[in-house]
Amino acid sequence: MTQYVFYFLSFLAILSALMVVFSKNPIHSVLYLVLTFFAIAGHYLLLNAQFLAIVHIVVYAGAIMVLFLYVLMLLNLNVDAEPVKKNWVKFAGVLSGGLLMLTLVATFHKAETMPLIQDNPEIGVTANLGKILFGEFALPFEISSVLLLSAMIGAIMLSKKEVKK
Amino acid sequence: MENYYIFKIILVVALFVVSLVVAMYSTFAERKISALMQDRLGPNRAGPFGLLQPLADGIKMFMKEEIIPNVSNKTLFILGPCLAMTTALMAGVLIPWGGKIELWGETFNLQVADLNIGVLYIFGVTSLGVYGIMIGGWASNNKYSLMGAIRASAQMISYEIAMGLAIIALIMSTGTMSLGEIAAQQDAGLANIVYQPLGFLIFLICAFAELNRAPFDMPESESELIGGYHTEYSSMKLGLFLFAEYINMFISSAVIVTFYFGGYNFPFQNEINEALGLSTNMATALGTIVMFGKIFFFIFFFMWIRWTLPRFRYDQLMRLGWKSLIPLAILNILITGVVMWMNGKLN
Repeated sequence: MTQYVFYFLSFLAILSALMVVFSKNPIHSVLYLVLTFFAIAGHYLLLNAQFLAIVHIVVYAGAIMVLFLYVLMLLNLNVDAEPVKKNWVKFAGVLSGGLLMLTLVATFHKAETMPLIQDNPEIGVTANLGKILFGEFALPFEISSVLLLSAMIGAIMLSKKEVKK
Repeated sequence: MENYYIFKIILVVALFVVSLVVAMYSTFAERKISALMQDRLGPNRAGPFGLLQPLADGIKMFMKEEIIPNVSNKTLFILGPCLAMTTALMAGVLIPWGGKIELWGETFNLQVADLNIGVLYIFGVTSLGVYGIMIGGWASNNKYSLMGAIRASAQMISYEIAMGLAIIALIMSTGTMSLGEIAAQQDAGLANIVYQPLGFLIFLICAFAELNRAPFDMPESESELIGGYHTEYSSMKLGLFLFAEYINMFISSAVIVTFYFGGYNFPFQNEINEALGLSTNMATALGTIVMFGKIFFFIFFFMWIRWTLPRFRYDQLMRLGWKSLIPLAILNILITGVVMWMNGKLN
């Protein structure tokens, strides 16, 4: 049962990820990306990481993608308005993308596959996750929060209008 | 185990029907209440006291001509109202509608699912609710609709933050994210409103904003945007958008009642149940009735505010969200933390 769900979710994730790239309309791309996030959240649920799954949906699908849609709707991009790229740019893009794929395939081909071991199936529960984050990993957690804070202050500084003297 | 599934299926179907019926009669109640506030009579032609009016409205909605604008994106145009309706119906499964119920020699909870991330799930579903509006507004290929969609998304993002912060303070004081437990904790002691008055106020204001109800109905403000995101919609697609709003109102009233007003509990319930000699099932039924009473009060409250206050200007709305509610919500978290620390609960 779990296996079929896994295959279904993987199929959905890969298909919608491909559709993100192949869609002509940027709005469709964003919507397919939202679908991809849902599929990935499903994978988290299969791994017993409920908190991660729901936060993934709240943050990515619920907030970040809404902002993406917001910007795209304001820009109102369509096929006519999009600048046509030069041929050598397209060629370079295909070449570097192909190289990246080659590297990734080679890496994962050689990689050992290990069965997933979960010492504690309750590990994804919010209380346990919180204890680990604030206990064992308190320092990295705090450092990343400082990083986010500085990014936030930077964004506010950039968007603030300069006061004329 | 079989009984368990049968019970859950019955509960899901009942919840679906109840949501639709409450939403249907909310449209009627809204018109009656607006009439009351404006010293009119309101709908009184269909049936006694106009009670069949929602039915007549429904038939009208279904029978009307359905128009899909030529230049719009057809798939997304249809997807918009479907998404709005789906997300509206999704949150109800987590709400504890009553206490324990005894059936076929087994005990069940009157709740479809009690996730241990329940609060976050509710939060996630409300944040997804805006997709229906955004997609519908954009796919209509109409500038007014687009304006409505853009306003809806900006408003949603802004008020979600304050709502999330208000919920954090609630989680701190209750110590759980399961809605069933939050409701059960309030059975003997005081309701959460006593511990979280500021949090409740912030949550209530954000609920108004997330529901796009007046005075926060910027996405559809009819005097400037015609109909906002649903300008191009007709027939039952328009009906689905409007219906989704009323279902959302019902569900968010239920969430407010569960979070802050004790859910299905009422004062001196154990004494009253004992004095009346009620069985478990009857006591649960009484609790559910009380809960629906509270929910109906909040639905009335939503309508009361709508027909009393004028609409905000957009800059006022943003200022209220970012400069008042968010700092207040952070202050609320701080106060909650300090009070818990003084009571020695932070261990």
